[in-house]
Amino acid sequence: MKVKIKSNAFLIAVSAVILGLFAGGLLMMSIGSNPFEGFYYLFRGGLMNMERIGNTISTAITLMLVGLSVAFAFKTGLFNIGAAGQMLVGGLCATLVAHYVFIPRPFYLVVIIFCAFLGGALWGVIPGILKAKFNVHEVVATIMMNWIAYWSIYYFVPAYLKGPSLETESKSIAIEQSLRSPWLTEIFGGGYINLGIFVAVGAIFVIKYVLDKTTLGFELKAVGSNRFCAEYAGIKVNRNVVISMMIAGGLAGLAGMTYYTGYSRNIQIGVMPSMGFDGIAVALLGASNPIGVLFSALFFGMLQSGKGFMNAMTEVPPEIADTIIATIIYFTATSVLFSRFWDSVGRKKRDKAQQKIDQDESKEEVSHE
Amino acid sequence: MSHVIEMLNIRKEFPGIVANDNITLQVEKGEIHAILGENGAGKSTLMSILFGLYHADRGTIKVRGEEVHIASPNDATDLGIGMVHQHFQLVQTFTVTENIILGKEGGFVLDRKSAAKKIKALSEQYGLSVNPDSVIEDITVGMQQRVEILKMLYRDAEILIFDEPTAVLTPQEIEELMQIMRNMVKEGKSVILITHKLDEIKAVADRCTIIRRGKMVGVVDVASTSQTKMASMMVGRPVNFKVVKEDMEAGKPVLEVKDLNVLNIKKTPAVKNFSLQVRAGEIVGIAGVDGNGQSELVEAITGLRPIVSGSIYINGDDISQASIRERNESGIGHIPEDRQKRGLVMSASLSSNMVIKEYYREPFSKRGILHQDTIDKHAQDICDAFDVRSGEGIFSHAGKLSGGNQQKAIVGREMALEPDLIIAVQPTRGLDVGAIEYIHKRLVEHREKGKAVLLVSFELDEIFNLSDRIAVMNSGELVDVVETKQTNEEEVGLMMAGVRNKEAAL
Repeated sequence: MKVKIKSNAFLIAVSAVILGLFAGGLLMMSIGSNPFEGFYYLFRGGLMNMERIGNTISTAITLMLVGLSVAFAFKTGLFNIGAAGQMLVGGLCATLVAHYVFIPRPFYLVVIIFCAFLGGALWGVIPGILKAKFNVHEVVATIMMNWIAYWSIYYFVPAYLKGPSLETESKSIAIEQSLRSPWLTEIFGGGYINLGIFVAVGAIFVIKYVLDKTTLGFELKAVGSNRFCAEYAGIKVNRNVVISMMIAGGLAGLAGMTYYTGYSRNIQIGVMPSMGFDGIAVALLGASNPIGVLFSALFFGMLQSGKGFMNAMTEVPPEIADTIIATIIYFTATSVLFSRFWDSVGRKKRDKAQQKIDQDESKEEVSHE
Repeated sequence: MSHVIEMLNIRKEFPGIVANDNITLQVEKGEIHAILGENGAGKSTLMSILFGLYHADRGTIKVRGEEVHIASPNDATDLGIGMVHQHFQLVQTFTVTENIILGKEGGFVLDRKSAAKKIKALSEQYGLSVNPDSVIEDITVGMQQRVEILKMLYRDAEILIFDEPTAVLTPQEIEELMQIMRNMVKEGKSVILITHKLDEIKAVADRCTIIRRGKMVGVVDVASTSQTKMASMMVGRPVNFKVVKEDMEAGKPVLEVKDLNVLNIKKTPAVKNFSLQVRAGEIVGIAGVDGNGQSELVEAITGLRPIVSGSIYINGDDISQASIRERNESGIGHIPEDRQKRGLVMSASLSSNMVIKEYYREPFSKRGILHQDTIDKHAQDICDAFDVRSGEGIFSHAGKLSGGNQQKAIVGREMALEPDLIIAVQPTRGLDVGAIEYIHKRLVEHREKGKAVLLVSFELDEIFNLSDRIAVMNSGELVDVVETKQTNEEEVGLMMAGVRNKEAAL
């Protein structure tokens, strides 16, 4: 099934970003700061040296996988708002592997990826089954699953993975059991960069392939675009809902792995990972397209990792960066307005062309009669 | 002769299209004036301008000789113009009286009694026989339409516009509606009838304005103009009404339905003890007014709706518990009733839509990987063979196609499956004469290949034109099955109302 993304999806995203930055600039001005200075340090903070770039990328890795999870569910007409819970469970599974499985590195990586995916998939498939069997709305079910994950971690971590000093986080995993990699760390001169980058980029292309080239993707998109037609064509709608939520959950589980065993090396209790929700923004800005998700995650990653530097160098509080993100989401969500705008720009051009054709045709008609 | 309505040189443009181009309409007092045109010809736009829903870019409107500006439906009502819409605007749980006085309640305290009295008087005057105290949801569609008419009369409308009023009626109800129109004219009202059905115009109208592609083709005197002449003026070329069909001997049963019971969405019986055979090389038409169980019957056969009891056989195999895909594979093709909801994925390309029932099979995919080239070629073949026209060919989104082209694409896709049985539900609804002709021809071709066709239509013309046998459905039951050659529209019409053959003969 080839569902062409709107040709102006890119234009919409860029318009939203520009307007979001503009609104952020206005905010900076309103608190008496120089917006050009603010943005200068915001971008510098994300990009000024290899270490900063590494940190931008490692923030983007998690956002990419969460964004992909949300986007994938969107394609099947589902709203996965439970990526945070799936991240927690996937991250917990990965942490357990990191603490207890000691095998050669290549096998180890396969096992940790597999377990993280499985954990997230389990957390995603439950709402999927509830939706398919009992028509429970996935938004309600996934939000509840978030809190089940949150409280389960709250009790599980102090009971079984207690750190030596702090009650509120698990003991740190050994650096060689994490996703950090010496050669990557060396290239980027330290920072949080980790092997998750390959997982994330790999997942982007695998999902793109699945959606574009396989019968599974064909079915998922048919169900997402018009479930009545899919049903009529003999596609099992409920089965696809379950599969879609399972894969979406698994992707968020991988995001949890990159966050808890790559970016950081422990799990904090009593914290719902906010990236689970930022992923919705990534998916929206990326127009639910895997490649779009790749770029929008990088952009948001840059804002996230640059905001601290901006705050250190100027009077602008880091919340401004969050406000910019929020504003961009706002503008993306109201993308209808942009698409109307760009459509009308396009139409005027087409109209002129059409008028000419019409004139030619009417001349022809007259000559025939 | 005094013109009660004059619309002079009306022009209305929408972005990219001229809906009305210099159209003039003159309606005389006390006449039934028909407006004839294909779908999209601009009839509805013209009437919407008269009723104040749209504003003309150019041209003038005169009512009773005086130039007027109609800015809203309220202005139109004040001028004595009333419109009976295609989709009724009634509150289902209110009584007839309450619906009629809605928006015209008068003072603070509702005076239902005197309103009901006035309604009763009007009803008798025009022969509508409507009970003012009935609740809308309890009365038939035909009666509901009369309530709409009463609404206009209650507001002292002098000019009544009917927008495709017969689409939802049985033949008998149509006959009665025509009598009502004649009564109105007798009482000095004027009627504008929008339609694309020629026999209705012939039966009731005095004069007829014909519109084609937004332009006025002419005004004819109905009595002295033949239907063929009017049709060719409407379409712009000679039209074949009769489908040419060879006589054929029907073969073995392809579809067999036995004692089928199905519930509708409200969990009440919709199909009751229904039995029917469709044999190879024949077209069986199911006649009936919309909502008498036809949709549920088709959904039960195609697997979209579970059955309560009974059995369904295709070529002798019981498929009543089979999955939808198994049924598709067993040789059922289905042209669904609602092409936008069921028939196509509007946001997907035409190419994807053309394999939506076959994508999982070779040659379109192998081990879960799609073969896009084969898929595209298949779609191209269908578009060529069935004359599907679209802006970007097979890469166009299905939603960008016109209704006729969407329908041709669906018909093409289903025919390409080479099914033993095609179930065609309202295959030509909303299409223009050209597309109708084409789709009818294809269905007859399918029959001539020795395959079976089950046709469900609310248009008796279509049923009579195509079917070898006609099965009449009324409130979920099979009234009777008759040979097309041995019956007529009147008899089938009576059966559609639930009167059985034998009773009618008494």
